[in-house]
Amino acid sequence: MSDSYTPQELMVAVASREIRDGDLVFVGMRLPILAYAVARNSHAPAARGLFEVGLMRDQPASGFLGTMGDPPNVTGALWATRMSNAMALMAQGEVDLGFIGGAEVDRFGNLNTSYVGDPGRPSVKLPGSGGGADIAILSRRWVTLMSHEKRRLVDRVSFVTSPGYGDGSPGWRKRNGLLGGGPVAIITTLAVLRFPEGGGEAYLETVHPGHSVDEVRERTGWDLMVAPHVIETSAPTDAELAAIRRFDPEGFWTVTKG
Amino acid sequence: MAEAIERFVPDGATVALGTALEPLIPFAAGHEIIRQSRRDLELVGPISDALFDQLIGAGCVRRVTAAWVGNVSEGLGHCYSRATEDGVPRSIEVHDHSNFSISLALWAAAWNVPSLPTLTLLGSDILRTNPGLAAGDGVVHVAAVKPDVAIVHVQRADEHGRAHAWGPLGITEEAGLAAGRVIVSCEELVDPSVTLSDPNRILFPETKVVAVVPEPGGAHPSPVQGHFKRDHAFYRDYAERSRTQEGFESWMREWVLDLPDRESYVQKIDLDAIRIKGQRPSVPANFADE
Repeated sequence: MSDSYTPQELMVAVASREIRDGDLVFVGMRLPILAYAVARNSHAPAARGLFEVGLMRDQPASGFLGTMGDPPNVTGALWATRMSNAMALMAQGEVDLGFIGGAEVDRFGNLNTSYVGDPGRPSVKLPGSGGGADIAILSRRWVTLMSHEKRRLVDRVSFVTSPGYGDGSPGWRKRNGLLGGGPVAIITTLAVLRFPEGGGEAYLETVHPGHSVDEVRERTGWDLMVAPHVIETSAPTDAELAAIRRFDPEGFWTVTKG
Repeated sequence: MAEAIERFVPDGATVALGTALEPLIPFAAGHEIIRQSRRDLELVGPISDALFDQLIGAGCVRRVTAAWVGNVSEGLGHCYSRATEDGVPRSIEVHDHSNFSISLALWAAAWNVPSLPTLTLLGSDILRTNPGLAAGDGVVHVAAVKPDVAIVHVQRADEHGRAHAWGPLGITEEAGLAAGRVIVSCEELVDPSVTLSDPNRILFPETKVVAVVPEPGGAHPSPVQGHFKRDHAFYRDYAERSRTQEGFESWMREWVLDLPDRESYVQKIDLDAIRIKGQRPSVPANFADE
């Protein structure tokens, strides 16, 4: 174990552990690009990555990626194609795991990346869905990563860009015709929040080293349920850190600026 | 380029841009639209990386029909925020989509049908804010979006409008087929014998293409497979400077308004620092018929 890593490096390592060997992973942007690379280099050598820009890979890009469309992600691809072809696989339920970045998430795993306040006159306009809503609705399971702040982890989001478990009532996704299984975890800078099998409300599963259950609950915008035996999140291993630093050598994604 | 924009992108037009997502963004064309002070455009795209933000900040845009507007590696598009939150420099209308649904909206237009059904967006509030999306019978009906013009940047094209692009294509093909017209800018203007040697790689029917503009470096700072890497630092500098409207305006003067054309822009950047120098050609396909 290394005792020196950034919160983002821990998040990447934790996210990589959500990837199972053989998974088709809808990778997305930023930290998940690194998570795929770490998983592929350790416990999930047969995981494939799918990118909505129109790419499939079975190995991480050899160079740094600022976006999924950067040239190193194309070189050595299994498939370079149009977006609707990548979406076709997800629409068929073939994507095992998706990653979504979020601005706001609520206790039922609904994400808001669109509007804070009235959509007609928003106090904050966020960038929008991108592929987030598609992943949330169609992939078999998904994970979101975000900074743990009270204004981001809210009781209920005011606008559901990417649905989790809706109003939290049993069977909400099925009743509304949503194909995929829904969110399984919220990975934050402080902790991992997990959803029960079959969905519902998020609970505190593990707390990152150096943080406490009380601190996590204090910085969460609802009365967070806590697992009976909360354990400490496993720190990144030396191998995980080495992989992260190989694919993000200058800390573009994993070193907090300013 | 000036002539292509002058002739084919009038005020009020619906324009698809940045259809390959992060690569091959036609910045040269977008900047010419800004220089010519086009107004009341509707922009159509998937994830749009900084160019939409610039067109919005320059006051060219009336409506955005897209899945995401911002600066992909840096986060928020500050001009988009100012326009949607404060009406600066003008208020804009937003028709939200997801990446999948904007693709379907363009395929619907390409196939000349009013809408296409899909399972995506069920349960999303995007259905509430976009009048072109409606749930019913267990699916979402995505209304056709038909651009007047699609503008694309590609690696090579010939003078007849046969465009070759490689790497991921995003929603480029459906945007071109849906659009009334296509403007192509390219790294290399090549002989028809090159494009016709591989007709599978031609993006659109030549009958759609109304202008072909050789514009080496015309996608900077976005990447072009085989030609240029993404200029991450340039995106970062734009994000920093565009935090305020004054900063944005000074950026816009420096990189667009005070320059007569794209050639002067390209001379200002260190193209060699981002030029891809390696060779990794695909193996030719044998198209012989006997």
